[in-house]
Amino acid sequence: MKELFSFLPSPFDLLAACLVIGIILISFIAVSGLFFTWLERKVSGRIQDRLGPTRVGKYGLLQSVADAIKLITKEDTSPDVADKFLFKLAPYLALCASFVAFVSLPFGNGIVGHNLNVAAFFILAVLSSEVFGVILAGYASGSKWSLFGGIREAAQVVSYEVPRSMCVLIPVIVAGTLNLNTIGVQQTGFFWQWNLFHDPFTFVAFFIFFIVATASCKRAPFDLAEAESELVAGFHTEYSGIRWSIFFMAEYASMFAVSGAAAILFLGGWHSGLLPFEPSLELGWFGHVLNVVVFVLKGWLLVFVMMWMRWSLPRLRIDQVMMTCLKYFLPISCVLLVGVCLWELFVPTIVGQVWRWASAVVCALGLVVLLVQMLTKALPGPKAGLPGAWEGMPTPLLRAKSA
Amino acid sequence: MILFTAIASATGLSALAVVLSRNIVRSAVWLLFTLVGVSLLYFLLGAEFVGATQLIVYVGGTMVLVVFGVMLTAQQQFLKIRTRPQEWIVGIVLAGALFTLLATVSLRLGEGRTTAPTESMPGTGQLGVGFLTTYLLPFEIISVHLLVVLIGAAYLARAKRRPREGVASD
Amino acid sequence: MTELGLTPYLCLGAFLFACGLLCIATKRNAVGILMGVELVLNAANVNFVACARFVPSFALEGQVFALLVIVLAAGEAAIALAIILNFYNNHATVDVDRADELKG
Repeated sequence: MKELFSFLPSPFDLLAACLVIGIILISFIAVSGLFFTWLERKVSGRIQDRLGPTRVGKYGLLQSVADAIKLITKEDTSPDVADKFLFKLAPYLALCASFVAFVSLPFGNGIVGHNLNVAAFFILAVLSSEVFGVILAGYASGSKWSLFGGIREAAQVVSYEVPRSMCVLIPVIVAGTLNLNTIGVQQTGFFWQWNLFHDPFTFVAFFIFFIVATASCKRAPFDLAEAESELVAGFHTEYSGIRWSIFFMAEYASMFAVSGAAAILFLGGWHSGLLPFEPSLELGWFGHVLNVVVFVLKGWLLVFVMMWMRWSLPRLRIDQVMMTCLKYFLPISCVLLVGVCLWELFVPTIVGQVWRWASAVVCALGLVVLLVQMLTKALPGPKAGLPGAWEGMPTPLLRAKSA
Repeated sequence: MILFTAIASATGLSALAVVLSRNIVRSAVWLLFTLVGVSLLYFLLGAEFVGATQLIVYVGGTMVLVVFGVMLTAQQQFLKIRTRPQEWIVGIVLAGALFTLLATVSLRLGEGRTTAPTESMPGTGQLGVGFLTTYLLPFEIISVHLLVVLIGAAYLARAKRRPREGVASD
Repeated sequence: MTELGLTPYLCLGAFLFACGLLCIATKRNAVGILMGVELVLNAANVNFVACARFVPSFALEGQVFALLVIVLAAGEAAIALAIILNFYNNHATVDVDRADELKG
């Protein structure tokens, strides 16, 4: 991209290229953020048997825009005892940490802000800096409850970094490089080429990575920071208006960043899995567009799964969170790491290929069967009687039946 | 050139702010910016693995630890412990003398450099091979060292019963 | 940066070292002294990596030393904070000028 601006003198062409890449990434994060707020409310509504926003725009799509306008026009309050400089700085620290992770995330073959040779490690490193925004927000709010929320969050995020790093190491061992673009290119072809099906250890590693990444994004069921029943809203209690929305933009941005990283490391990145060739090489610019679309859709799908988990599972307590990390995920990741190393060293190629095809076919069949069942099974009609402790109590349906 | 000037001046100003800031939490934040600046310098020099390690270990680990320590020990009246002016003068004289010495040596070192700079810095693969062949002994020593640190810190920070008033500790 | 040379990086390292030394000498808060130590270690690291870049025979060693220093500094910060917290628990202050007895 630097070549596009080669008409400018030496340092300014680099700066202009950086500015353009930064603007593209920030617009993507902002549009994604708007889409995710709408999606969250619709998904939570549907899971809770209600509709979600429907009035503002068709299907409520403009609800996020209306929310943004409301937040911008809110009064900018801050507590008196708060340290003003740190209070104002904290949301931007969190957003910067999430945003920088996008710089080395490839959206397509070669479509990456800066193709770092240590991209996988870099994403881990930068996402680990997000904990600072949380700590400073908790401290600078000047209230005990925010401080407790901030410290608990920081302990959780920092503890979950260890199994997260180990789960990222697993596809890196399979691929032999930390360069995310190369890892994506190695998964060219049909969907059984994806790293997910390479051996049973990477298969389990994908799910462990996804759960651990949810925990380190402070998302439910690990969202003690927003435990409304205990801490009001944890570290962002005192934040209102646009500062609060910057925290949420940072959270959605890091959710997409880890989903994108999971997509590239395990799910084949920008490859749709249905074409035997690399689209950008065969189909020119249309191939590039196809790659970007497939990658973004995969990232959005994984974020949708995170939201689905949030509204289906109850919240974990802090001691349960730490126990899950240290007693379960850490040993499991160590075993997976050793397993992948042994598989790479000792398993003959033919067994590896057979496993790949077998697991891919089984997963695809399972997915197809699941979809067919979900779409063709008749919806359960309204039940006449109430379950459990409410047996025998009158309901409108029972009254209608007996009348 | 411009990049180096920008990053180096930001790092230097943040380091100065660490010293001059009277609120310990603000010092910690300025130290955070200094460490991020140093990591950017490593990326600028082409040492990408060291830069990413600096971010993940120093910024994401050590600084979190330091800020926790600051918050757990920063009671209101201790946030602004003042240093006497005499100590400042002695400190500035010493630091100034050391800086002049080091800068003179650096300027003399920099003259007459004839060898070309490294074109491509060794990447992750070469570092890994180096750690497992030539530098295996430091690597093993560091592993044992980290184990000792883990045990030591856990022992030092264990929950202890408070000694009763007037009882001599044995 | 090929047109820059080694000197600016060494001067920056010297400046960071002097700032770290000033921090150690003037801060009365024990955690402030720890921050000064971190500044000193980072100054040394900048020197290592800059020399790795501009002296080709030192390329691998510079990065290896820098990595070892980063790891050791992290371990040392952990122990230092454990000691400071112990001191705070026993004396209810982190002012190092109050640490003038060998007992406790």
